[in-house]
Amino acid sequence: MEERATEVTTNDGIQKSKDNQEAVEKKMQTQVAPSSLASVAGNRQARVPGSELLGTGLETRGVHAWFGTKHVLSDVSLDFAAGTVTALIGPSGCGKSTFLRTLNRMHEFIPTAAMAGQVLLDGKDIYAPGTDVTKIRLNVGMVFQKPNPFPSMTIGQNVLSGLKLAQIKRSDTDELLESCLERAGLWSEVKDRLNEHGGALSGGQQQRLCIARSLAVSPQVLLMDEPCSALDPGSTFRIEQTISELAKTMTIVIVTHNMQQAARVSDYTAFFLSDGGPGAMIEAAPTSKIFSSPVDKRTEDYVTGRFG
Amino acid sequence: MNTTTVPTPQKPWETTNKQRLSTASIIFAAILISFIVIKLTGLDGKLGFLSTLFIVSTLLIFIQQWRLRDKAAAKDSLLSSFALLGMIMTVIPIVSIVYTVVIKGYKGIHFGMFINDMSLNSVNDPIKDGGLLHALVGTIIMVGGALVISFPIGVLTALYLTEIRGKLSRPIPSIVAGLFILSSLVYPVTKSLSGMMGSFALSILMIPTIARTSEEMLRLIPQELREAGVALGGTQWRTVAGVILPAARSGLVTAIILGMARIIGETAPLLLVSGGGDSLNFNPTSGAMGSLPYYIWKAFLTGGTDEAFARAWGGLLVLLAFIFILFGLARFISGRKGN
Repeated sequence: MEERATEVTTNDGIQKSKDNQEAVEKKMQTQVAPSSLASVAGNRQARVPGSELLGTGLETRGVHAWFGTKHVLSDVSLDFAAGTVTALIGPSGCGKSTFLRTLNRMHEFIPTAAMAGQVLLDGKDIYAPGTDVTKIRLNVGMVFQKPNPFPSMTIGQNVLSGLKLAQIKRSDTDELLESCLERAGLWSEVKDRLNEHGGALSGGQQQRLCIARSLAVSPQVLLMDEPCSALDPGSTFRIEQTISELAKTMTIVIVTHNMQQAARVSDYTAFFLSDGGPGAMIEAAPTSKIFSSPVDKRTEDYVTGRFG
Repeated sequence: MNTTTVPTPQKPWETTNKQRLSTASIIFAAILISFIVIKLTGLDGKLGFLSTLFIVSTLLIFIQQWRLRDKAAAKDSLLSSFALLGMIMTVIPIVSIVYTVVIKGYKGIHFGMFINDMSLNSVNDPIKDGGLLHALVGTIIMVGGALVISFPIGVLTALYLTEIRGKLSRPIPSIVAGLFILSSLVYPVTKSLSGMMGSFALSILMIPTIARTSEEMLRLIPQELREAGVALGGTQWRTVAGVILPAARSGLVTAIILGMARIIGETAPLLLVSGGGDSLNFNPTSGAMGSLPYYIWKAFLTGGTDEAFARAWGGLLVLLAFIFILFGLARFISGRKGN
């Protein structure tokens, strides 16, 4: 059931992106005031997936996760097509953050963690024996809930810290620094203070600095774990703009508690829920469909605010 | 044009002169009352006066706060008074020690002591003869050597406990781990007296302090930073070297300071393993080596004349100044870059 749903969405997504582009642009020019989450979702500008840098995206097959003996996530199979934004929504404790962390092997950072299933990056299982985990994390970057710039480094050093940590040699660091900060929407605000410490920035700026930092190692996929939950609406807006901008060149998976945000930024939405047992994916579909005509009653209850 | 008048910046939360005056009058009253009390009772003397002053002024402030505000504010003032008392009781011994050492030690200080050693003099010779160059050099070499040995071992032990969290980290406290490493290195080679052996002996004392303090400091580094480093494609080692240790830098300097404070005054182990020499020796690998604590100890115990005592106090003053300089330097280094 879930398999089929995601397959449909993938094809649909590629078509949508070509067909809808003009229509959506027109819509945006006329500034239609969105009346519901569904219309917000429909109002998004579609994108063309594709360039070679993107790879073929990320697929998961029957992913389970445990902490100690506690089964927290059950059987999630979900595809993230290249060049799309997928939002993971659901109430707290439904396993969506845990699922996100299985996608770049950050899950195993917790000593009691265990998992089962496959996560395929460009068709290769990232959990296969002999896989270099640092390479995986280079290709699948992550932005955390709380902004966490490195305190001992300046703004510029923070952005380029990934190169140092992964020991990547690049000669054009100045250009890289500017382009990463530009793409993260921070360049104009910090270009004169690159030698100041990251802690001197506001919370929203720090989070964009963290996004710039993860961009510097050119990941194909960017995972975002509630990146705006600690930020004010203005900073949230800037980061959403950044996400839309980034989605042109990479695959993005974002966990969010804010359904307006899911509707605004994502192409696809997956709804997770735990009924006391392990969390599971209830439904995944194009975002506008999730917010207008979800298949599952529980999804409808959640997105319409009847619970959660 | 519509101009806004900019008010002058003020600090309404600061104490006003009126409040200061009332506090001053309370303290003045407290001094007066205490003076009368100790004259009327048998508490005469400095200590009696100060304790009475504390009790009376605490009481007066308590009453004033209760009358001006309420019971909660009065209780609050009580806590402030006791905190102040605690602070004074901590500072008095420190000030007293420094004062005593300076007063008694400055007579033993002369320029010649920094260019001469004691190889041709006895401790009972006039102060102008001989010096403590050999002791200063010995202390610098042995403490420096101990630091070079202890810092890596101590920090690596702390890293094992906090970052690797290996199987041994639960049953083994950092103190034992550091000592084990050192004793397995040192005991097979302890044969002759030398400065290096002194460094090893000091390391035994220094490693636990450094390991324990660094462990506490590394535990203060938020988990998010480790995750951020690893999520950027860093290996654990590069994350530790590039992110964790720089973030903990000022904490590690504190560990060094505490470690040096622990060992710099040690006499007994140095007497046993480095011999305690009286002549200048720059070679840590052979020959007896002096140290400041040994110099002081020898002047005190083997002398007996005023000259020897002055020499010992002078040595103590140099040691104290040396410690202050080292700590100031460490603080300067840790604070220069970074926050």
